[in-house]
Amino acid sequence: MRTRFEVKNHSLEQFQYGLRLNVAIGLILICFAVLLGRFFYLQIFKYDYFQTLAENNRVSLVPIVPNRGLILDRNGVTLAHNFFVYTLEITPSKAGNVEETFARISQFIEVSAEDRKRFKKLRAQSHSFESVPIRTNLNEVEAAKFAANRYQFRGVEIRSRLFRHYPLGNLGVHMIGYIGRINEADVKVLEKTEDLSNYKGSDHIGKGGIEQYYERQLHGTTGFQQVEIDADGQAVRVLSSKPAIPGDNLVLSIDAKMQDIAEKAFENHRGAMVVINPKNGEILSYVSMPTFDPNLFVDGIDADTWKALNQSLDKPLINRPIRGIYPPGSTFKPFVAMAGLQEGKGLPPFSIGDPGFYTLGGSAHQYRDWKPGGHGQVDIQKAITVSCDTFFYGLALDLGIDKLTSFVSNFGFGKKTGVDLLGEIGGLLPTPDWKMRRWKQKWYPGETVIVGIGQGYTLVTPMQLAQATAVLANNGVAMKPHLVTSVQKHNGAETHMTAIIKSHEMLLDPNNIELVKAGMVGVTQPGGTAGSIGAGSSYNIAAKTGTAQVVGIKQGAKYNAGSIDERHRDHALFIAYAPAEDPKIAVAVIVENGGHGGSTAGPIARKVMDYYLLGKVPSVPLKDPSKTPDTPLVGDAPHD
Amino acid sequence: MISQLLDRLNKYIDPFLMGCIAFSCIVGLFVLYSASGGSVDRVLSQVFNICVALIMMWLAANISPHYLERIALPLFVLGLLLLIGVALLGDVSHGARRWLNLGVGRIQPSELMKIAVPMMLAWYFSKREQSLRWIDYAVATLLLALPVGLIMKQPDLGTALIVTAAGFYVLFLAGLSWKILVGGGLSIAVMTPIFWSMLHNYQRKRIEILFDPFQDPLGAGYHTIQASIALGSGGFAGKGWLDGTQSQLDFLPERTTDFIFAVFGEEFGFLGNVLLLILFMLLIGRGLVISSKAQNTFTRLLAGSITLTFFTYVFVNMGMVSGVLPVVGVPLPFLSYGGTSLVTILLGFGILMSIHNHKTLMSTS
Repeated sequence: MRTRFEVKNHSLEQFQYGLRLNVAIGLILICFAVLLGRFFYLQIFKYDYFQTLAENNRVSLVPIVPNRGLILDRNGVTLAHNFFVYTLEITPSKAGNVEETFARISQFIEVSAEDRKRFKKLRAQSHSFESVPIRTNLNEVEAAKFAANRYQFRGVEIRSRLFRHYPLGNLGVHMIGYIGRINEADVKVLEKTEDLSNYKGSDHIGKGGIEQYYERQLHGTTGFQQVEIDADGQAVRVLSSKPAIPGDNLVLSIDAKMQDIAEKAFENHRGAMVVINPKNGEILSYVSMPTFDPNLFVDGIDADTWKALNQSLDKPLINRPIRGIYPPGSTFKPFVAMAGLQEGKGLPPFSIGDPGFYTLGGSAHQYRDWKPGGHGQVDIQKAITVSCDTFFYGLALDLGIDKLTSFVSNFGFGKKTGVDLLGEIGGLLPTPDWKMRRWKQKWYPGETVIVGIGQGYTLVTPMQLAQATAVLANNGVAMKPHLVTSVQKHNGAETHMTAIIKSHEMLLDPNNIELVKAGMVGVTQPGGTAGSIGAGSSYNIAAKTGTAQVVGIKQGAKYNAGSIDERHRDHALFIAYAPAEDPKIAVAVIVENGGHGGSTAGPIARKVMDYYLLGKVPSVPLKDPSKTPDTPLVGDAPHD
Repeated sequence: MISQLLDRLNKYIDPFLMGCIAFSCIVGLFVLYSASGGSVDRVLSQVFNICVALIMMWLAANISPHYLERIALPLFVLGLLLLIGVALLGDVSHGARRWLNLGVGRIQPSELMKIAVPMMLAWYFSKREQSLRWIDYAVATLLLALPVGLIMKQPDLGTALIVTAAGFYVLFLAGLSWKILVGGGLSIAVMTPIFWSMLHNYQRKRIEILFDPFQDPLGAGYHTIQASIALGSGGFAGKGWLDGTQSQLDFLPERTTDFIFAVFGEEFGFLGNVLLLILFMLLIGRGLVISSKAQNTFTRLLAGSITLTFFTYVFVNMGMVSGVLPVVGVPLPFLSYGGTSLVTILLGFGILMSIHNHKTLMSTS
């Protein structure tokens, strides 16, 4: 009985299965019929069409590389532009024996050892059907000579390529950045952002500064042409085309002339300077010294030059304003003073009698003032003016580290300023929590004491210091710092202004602002730490000097600039804003190993402020942008 | 003595399938030689791949289906664990995490799932066949969704598609109700516009390009356009072996792997394509015959799924190259260069042979 039932069930199941199989077979036949139909459509019905495209005249999709957008300063001076050069290029897959062709070419046209090296490198990086430059910057004679003998060289052709050129050379290189050849890492990034197809035909990409941050806007949209090419790979006819959309032009808030004055003012010193308009956050100058020539990178930098730049003790490649971190030293004091006053500490008539050192209860360790013997009776305003360490040791301890750091962080310390450049470092505002996390150690009161004068773990970037000065000058209203003020569409029809953004506003007591500012104005007057900076000035300057130790000095020993190696000397710092009554410009300067802030960093700031506020130009000759032609001729070297 | 040995070796090999496979492999080598620009190294390396795959097929053919039924569950669990391993500590290559380094060598567990998933589901339905209820289909769907989800995450759209197909075919052949099939189809049709409206613009654009390659002729659409030109210019009889201009010049991308069918179509034309379709139909037909003659639920479902999955490879690849389907990375069996998928496909045919030739044994035991 049971077996019979199972057998019956079995056959029913098999019947159902057969039905399903038949359905599947039907679907398979439909699918194959679709394929067959498609093959028929492509290979029989549209054969002539595809035949034309493919057989005798093959279709090639040629990308049209968009013109990269220009970078201009606030007055329209060109900082980066493009020009055409003739290049001699070879497509290995078409040329057959590349080495032999290469050897024959060098009999016609001079090919240097460097060209050879670059060719080898580029060839290894590219596909055999991509054309690789043998020589760039062909002059007219060379171009004509080759054209006359072109028939001898299969797969070799003269092309005109767009080159990026920075007419002012070194000027503001860390801010403007440069473009370089697209490498594998760039390709990965482009793949991730799904921009890779827009870079078909592009060889270069922004590698730093504005060129990198605004790559998307500057690059533009690649167009393409469908062209018929003959058996030799020569374009015969354009079938269809979609033009490229050029990149946008960027207008910076930088003033090229002021930038030049600023860079020259550094003379041979290393360092950084950031100048901000406190009212709207526009960056007026952005200096990182020493500089280098961005034009070196455009065409592929050679190994020796790269090595020299990369290994130089002066570290020219470091973008100091956003990536250099320094102890703020005494330039930190106005911000600590503001923290104290807002918390009700150190309010006049409170004052101290300064013996020239500070001690913590129960310890013999002396925290010394920079002035042996002290400054006498000191209140908070005088403490800023004469940079009294003893006063700020006590104030910091009175405030406590947590209140101190959380308040000064409102000025932008310890976090990125958000300027439109990549790679910014946030600096460091130390707290007991941070120390526990980082070093697994507890916080000592002595560490609070030295934070009061900007020493210890505290680290700032020049960018942060400038921004903090601007916020202070603007009475606690923080404007977002930025370099690009407007983006012009390629046809000039549309211009997008960068929004001026108020990042945040601190609620500060006007009396407290008045006290701190009065202390800073005193700095540039007789008796202040930078009295010489204010001398002969027709406007009032509020400032603060600072010195940051590079090498620790033993207790009881004395710092003697002359006796130590130049690279171990203190860093000189200087912050300022002017005119003191209605600030239009805020400056932060750091001169590495420059010694005292007032004497090396201060004069640099003064020169820039004189130019900006009075139009005063120093007697040093400036860079002349008119030196380079606006419409470069063929064969013009892309060098300054 | 030698003939005895040959008999031993051939005992479980299906001569019809074997003939078709051998012919396909030879055609594949010729096409590969042309597509690789005359690279003997490539061809030799593929010969090696074919040998390995044939050995795997032979082994599979000699294993009794009983044994396959026994290892279905452990194999599936192992595959799932390996997939989780890949997700956690797999090697990344070309932006996807697909390989697992076992110290001795790298394996691609998603490939294993192309066999393990249909085995598992066929085993599950064969266990539950006396009392099949809707809940069983739900469980089976979940068993399918787990590995597919993990493979999608790698991401490997092509393999996920094949595994989904392999699993779905078991469900379909096991008698998943027409109501659910039609209802599922309808609800997908209804959900599509809703899903579409939820997508970001860039995601929409990506899908649009899948269906209309001319929107992005330099990027995602480039492959399809070039493949169409290659196929179309092949005409009725083709340009002849080694004479495909599109393939020989560097117009056609990935022409030894996923897009090798374009080379075939250019050089052998419409006629060649029809003959290739017939060859694949013979393989599929034989597989379906084996499935219909299989004697228990497990072998029947497994054979059916393997055969239909093979069909899916062929249809998806040819459809993508000829531009009727969007581009998904699915190789063309026997023609595309590469060992991994070839091993999986021949393993499948080995199982088909085993199911067919162990039948008499089963009924006597």
